[in-house]
Amino acid sequence: MKMPEPDREALAKREEIAAALSKIVPAEGGVIVDEDELRPYESDGLTAYRQPPLVVVLPETVEEVRQVLRYCHENGIKVVPRGAGTSLSGGALPLADGVLLSMTKFNRILEIDFDNRCVVTQPGVTNLGITDAVQHKGFYYAPDPSSQIACTIGGNIAENSGGVHCLKYGLTTNNVLGVELVTIEGEVVRFGGKHLDAGGYDMLGLLTGSEGLLGVVTEVTVRILRSPETVRAMLTGFPTSEQAGDCVAKVIGAGIIPAGMEMMDRLATQAAEDFVHAGYPLDVEALIIVELDGPAVEVDHLIERVAGIARECGASTIRVSETDAERQAFWAGRKAAFPAVGRISPDYYCMDGTIPRSRLPEVLSRLAELSQKYELRVANVFHAGDGNLHPLILYDANIPGELEKAEEFGAEILKLCVEVGGVLTGEHGVGVEKRDLMPEMFSEDDLNQQMRVKCAFDPSSLLNPGKMFPVLHRCAELGRVHVHRGETRFPDIPRF
Amino acid sequence: MSETFRPDNPDQLRDLLAWATTEGKTVEIVGTGSKRAVGRPMAADHVVELGGMAGITLYEPDELVMTASPATPIAEIEAALSEKNQQLEFEPPDYGPLLASVNSGQGGSTARSNAPTGTLGGVISCNLSGPRRIKSGAARDHFLGFHAVSGRGEIFKSGGRVVKNVTGYDLSKLMAGSWGTLAAMTDVTVKVLPVPEKTRTALLVGADSAQAAQAMIQAMQSPHEVSGAAWLPAPLASASGVDLVAGQKGAVTALRVEGPGPSAEYRCNALREMLSAFGATEELHSVNSIAFWREVRDVMPFARPGDDRAVWKLSAPPASAPQLVGELTAIKGAEAFLDWSGGLVWLALPAGTDASHEAVRAAVDRTTGHATLFRAPEEIRRTIPVFQPQPGAKTLLSQRVKAAFDPKGILNPGRMYADI
Repeated sequence: MKMPEPDREALAKREEIAAALSKIVPAEGGVIVDEDELRPYESDGLTAYRQPPLVVVLPETVEEVRQVLRYCHENGIKVVPRGAGTSLSGGALPLADGVLLSMTKFNRILEIDFDNRCVVTQPGVTNLGITDAVQHKGFYYAPDPSSQIACTIGGNIAENSGGVHCLKYGLTTNNVLGVELVTIEGEVVRFGGKHLDAGGYDMLGLLTGSEGLLGVVTEVTVRILRSPETVRAMLTGFPTSEQAGDCVAKVIGAGIIPAGMEMMDRLATQAAEDFVHAGYPLDVEALIIVELDGPAVEVDHLIERVAGIARECGASTIRVSETDAERQAFWAGRKAAFPAVGRISPDYYCMDGTIPRSRLPEVLSRLAELSQKYELRVANVFHAGDGNLHPLILYDANIPGELEKAEEFGAEILKLCVEVGGVLTGEHGVGVEKRDLMPEMFSEDDLNQQMRVKCAFDPSSLLNPGKMFPVLHRCAELGRVHVHRGETRFPDIPRF
Repeated sequence: MSETFRPDNPDQLRDLLAWATTEGKTVEIVGTGSKRAVGRPMAADHVVELGGMAGITLYEPDELVMTASPATPIAEIEAALSEKNQQLEFEPPDYGPLLASVNSGQGGSTARSNAPTGTLGGVISCNLSGPRRIKSGAARDHFLGFHAVSGRGEIFKSGGRVVKNVTGYDLSKLMAGSWGTLAAMTDVTVKVLPVPEKTRTALLVGADSAQAAQAMIQAMQSPHEVSGAAWLPAPLASASGVDLVAGQKGAVTALRVEGPGPSAEYRCNALREMLSAFGATEELHSVNSIAFWREVRDVMPFARPGDDRAVWKLSAPPASAPQLVGELTAIKGAEAFLDWSGGLVWLALPAGTDASHEAVRAAVDRTTGHATLFRAPEEIRRTIPVFQPQPGAKTLLSQRVKAAFDPKGILNPGRMYADI
């Protein structure tokens, strides 16, 4: 993966930049330049890529963020914003010639408003931290990425994070009410608030999932939900993955939207069972966990219906959780699936495409073919309800060429997702990882239009460059309108 | 001379907009024109009527997805969905009756026909959502992807046909609520969902806005997944077409639940019990419940024949509803009702010369919310800001975003703001 050529001038001015930032953020440890201390920042959740930043700055106030950004803007210095650094796509990967702006000191919840059912928080609070702050009154924050213990709400906004329960409760974008944003030019702007539908253009929706390329979020308002009265899960095993895929389609087709519906293939199931002993059946090709929530009368009713559908589809195992401990056990294996696969292979590479649900059996068989072609094993973990695939490619980085082979395999999987009507990334983001695959899904005009939106917020392309777009064009060039005067005939279009 | 163009396909639309941009001609984009009387009046050089681009192009009920051309009537979409027992969960409102008195060429309220008036492209472009907004999100939350022609005269797309998608910027969100000022969509892909098996509405009779707000807050804090929470003061409730509502002879606070039969019944009972602490309760079953929420959705209390008052749409934190209602209904001739559990205030007041805009905006400014002058005669919409005025930094960003799509400002010029 090639990053933009570092700016020699910025590299040469490192001490000067650090000194200027120290003036803005005078607190002890507010600016990090020491090479050993920069090391922990060199990668995010996608550890295959490493690059220590030029310097790290850890502001504590909105005013400091504003001044840091304004300084960088005035001096043409690149900035990479970062929360907890758990991105799985290299979205928070530092740049050799860029300032890493860490928002981890923004770690306070500002207001809990049960009457308006929302929480106003600083962006460095963890996803789970929000639920922790409201669960004493029976509330929770719905999006639940698997990194929720560590990942920050600011990072969730940048990546539009999902999770197991977004099938029923939506992604981050459907659960955020407002943000305060500092632009690279040092302007503080608020979009939305405690009300529904932010006025004017929906910048809130645009910012969510913009991967830190448009601005730095300094405050977030999210909606919270009352926890359901009852939650039960069902474990179903199938002799073939076709039957499992069929079951998923039939449940949705019957008008049932479960709180979560997850699938694991044989390899993932076995790895998880060996690791946490969740009691998974080992004689199945595919395992589905369905979770239903609501009043007991609804959950019991729907469990019966889902079990009926599973039986029709040829399930060989059907188990329904009778206690919450049992439900947690069903989930334990799924939640540990990634580390479990980590135990059976020196390294693994996690993919994140989305496909239309009905194409699942076909995609699984093509994956098996690709696995043979590349001679690399693949374990499939799958948010089946919404078609979000997480194939884990097993490889050994110590074998020369194997990482490259895994990357090539991964790229083919994502191209396959696009080919069947899906997308490159369902919840992990484009970042550095899928940047060069963007043309698989978008035309040059599509990408140019997206980059023009970036230019509206960041005219000098200083925020998180090298992410999301394969080639970042200059804003002046993108803004040019090609005038067809003389060549453009008055269009021959029906009129009346 | 102003002409009306009617492109039949995206290529023709592209040629047309490329020509308009080159020649510096402005255009008004319309589907069926049902919401033409909302927003700032425009004086575009030409009209582009998208009626030639209509029809459902993809509907896969098992995948919960539908794609249609922009001018596909909502009536056609709903008919196709209803055959498969599915629906647009954001409950697209039909403002035909509400806007009848201000829509040009229609003059005065007409008897309501059964067919909704809008198009899919229109509902999405204006991000219009009904009472289920509080549970299921807005139109924008169900909008998965689109193709469009920008003001640059270029065809582009964003999003896709799957729900989970973070590939590139979510331009769908920008298109929703942009009122046709950024690009003209040539197809629209939306998420569709099953129709709930049963609907029930618990009613509380006689509460004032403060008690109603309290009751709605409690209901929304309950685990009962309320999918509609509205309050009508006595005069508006009495005018309801649903006899069981009108016959209560008092203000009505309504809480809707939907879902599998036993669940809807259980939750309706639980809510009635909760409401009984505030006063007498009643409940609406299927047909009545559907009819009542349609009235709320379509702002029917202010759409009666002869009602030509100005109508404001205020979006504010739900708990601020009593304060807003108290302050604003003190204006002579004003009436208000609440939807979105108090988060949406519909306010009607005598249009006068300025629709009391200073008082309305001052009240909403004391919350984080915003106010839109949704219905008013053209001369008033010409002189006062229809959409909530934005602070400087936000205006600058909005202008730049507009320029990113439509650098010559040819699309719906001035529809939202004078400079956008």
